[in-house]
Amino acid sequence: MAPIKRRNFTALLGASALAAPGIMRAARAAAPVKIGFVYLGPVGDFGWTYQHDIGRKQAQAALNGLITTTYVENVPEAPECQAVFENLAASGCKLIFGTSFGYMNYMLKVAAKYPDVKFEHCTGYKRAPNLATYDIRFYQGRYVQGVIAGKLSKVGLAGYVASVPVPEVVQGMDAFLLGMQSVNPKARLKFIMIDSWYDPGKEGDAAKALIDQGCDILTQHTDSPAPLQTAASHGIKAFGEATDMISFAPKTQLTACVNEWGGYYTDRIKLLLADKWTSIDTWGGFDTGMLKMAPFRNMPNSVEKLASLTVTSISSGKNQIFTGPLTDQSGKIFLAAGQTMDDGTLSGLQTLVSGVEGQLT
Amino acid sequence: MTLFFVTSFIVSIMAASTPLLLAAAGELIVEKSGVLNLGVEGMMLIGAIAGFATAHATGNAYAGIIAAAMAGIAISLIFAVLTLSLLANQIATGLALTIFGHGFAALLGAGYVGIAAPTLGKLAIPLLASIPVLGPVFFNQNILIYASFAIVIFISWFLRKTHAGLILRAVGDSHDAAHAMGYSVIAIRYAATAFGGAMAGIAGAYLSLYYSPLWSQDLAAGRGWIALALVVFSAWRPFWLLAGAYLFGGITFLSLYLQGLGVPIPSPLISALPYVGTIIVLVLISRDSRRIRLNQPACLGKYFHAVT
Repeated sequence: MAPIKRRNFTALLGASALAAPGIMRAARAAAPVKIGFVYLGPVGDFGWTYQHDIGRKQAQAALNGLITTTYVENVPEAPECQAVFENLAASGCKLIFGTSFGYMNYMLKVAAKYPDVKFEHCTGYKRAPNLATYDIRFYQGRYVQGVIAGKLSKVGLAGYVASVPVPEVVQGMDAFLLGMQSVNPKARLKFIMIDSWYDPGKEGDAAKALIDQGCDILTQHTDSPAPLQTAASHGIKAFGEATDMISFAPKTQLTACVNEWGGYYTDRIKLLLADKWTSIDTWGGFDTGMLKMAPFRNMPNSVEKLASLTVTSISSGKNQIFTGPLTDQSGKIFLAAGQTMDDGTLSGLQTLVSGVEGQLT
Repeated sequence: MTLFFVTSFIVSIMAASTPLLLAAAGELIVEKSGVLNLGVEGMMLIGAIAGFATAHATGNAYAGIIAAAMAGIAISLIFAVLTLSLLANQIATGLALTIFGHGFAALLGAGYVGIAAPTLGKLAIPLLASIPVLGPVFFNQNILIYASFAIVIFISWFLRKTHAGLILRAVGDSHDAAHAMGYSVIAIRYAATAFGGAMAGIAGAYLSLYYSPLWSQDLAAGRGWIALALVVFSAWRPFWLLAGAYLFGGITFLSLYLQGLGVPIPSPLISALPYVGTIIVLVLISRDSRRIRLNQPACLGKYFHAVT
């Protein structure tokens, strides 16, 4: 090597300065890409947020070394969530998942502010070039629950512990009852809205009230296992929510709709890494693997078989669930025979089918 | 409505009211001694996780109750040391205790999410339990529901009829006078605070071992705050406290029940109704401001520093 003189030293400096961006770019490509998740509840809610966090861990495991994930839990659906999204974007996250409906407008604002960062909003309907939406067709699982309930309920009256009257819950109630009526045309459904997605005490109380009023099978659209436990203590059967809750009620839980976000998260992050991410709307059900039923338990073989067949026919698209004729509570037909409800109408559904007792307020 | 519905309706209301009553009864004694501990919610959560974890480890729900009481005492003593010995502001310290309790319970409970623990069973009293309506309501409940009645009767008797109760009230009404008479104000307040901690801890265990037998981060869901409010609105009278707790539990359950019957009540109203209803009723029954002044501990929340 030539001795370093002032002239070639300067040249060396120049060369390294030229090379620097290249070196830095290489280093950047090797560094794992940061992915952020924003959760409404604690990761320990054993329901909605818990399942999202399992999905995050699955994506992390599948893309180990390529990405690092980070999450913020207990983020309210209020203006402070905007700061959480901004912090994640500013700290270098390239893709941020917001997992609750109420984040929608805040995410829209943050997405406009950080055009280079990609955002995905769960259960929302507003999109932007860098803001995609995704959701699960939960109602498919509820239809399957309804079929089971129709077979097992002696009085033909099911109780539904509900949260708030948003379309997702209305779809759930309708689908459950349609499933129930497919095996018992006289079946009815009672519901109680507790105005919260997560309040074990209130959920349990609502379950008690429904049982007191004659329901002999329960399902829930709230996130804690409390209604299931109440059903267990009253000796009736019930369904879990969002995750397999069998450990809380081994002799009571028939099945549960299990939200499987892991595959979706992995796929979307892969697209981001390949620079092929686009803003789309995903509404996946049994067919995409985003929704699964927990193992069928505590029911006769014949019912289990029927439930499995129902899953298959929904998954294949043979059973679209919301197909006419559908009558509302006043007895008026709101979907004519032979028609299938389109996704747009379905995602804004506010009509209860005939047989549901009680009104949306 | 058949007899069966009436019975199960009352039993449900009792189940919802008991945690409020337990925590509020403890806080009533604390406040009667002149200490304002706003950390009830935090102590309940610590009690809930301590009870749940112990019941899980030992397989015995009763061991869980004892552990919850101990945990409640331990955390209330932090408050006592800060406010009574080190003369920190009681309101600020109490709020800090709630925030601390919330976070610390979540930390302790991280490994207990999604698992089940032994739950508190019902203790039927032979023969009496088979009386219609009264049997299931009064003689076939869990031990904490029996205890909640016993405690209300006990503290009412203790405050009115015993010498020790008189001393406790003296400490709360005029700590200087009590001190001049030779009573150890600080020691008595420590004891009262510890009792409040134990009761809040037990109320927490009631939630995690019976009411909704599981651990979750926000299990208390504001019940500690309701308990605090009930103490004030009952004007520090134990039997009014009982009435207030049952009123709150009753309206909570009734509003859910009515909705199930198809009465169209907007769900946000259902959330607000118990608070509004309880406040209105308690304001009405305690509008006699003389009585409130008579019962309110005059030294509530004030610093005490012995000068001799």
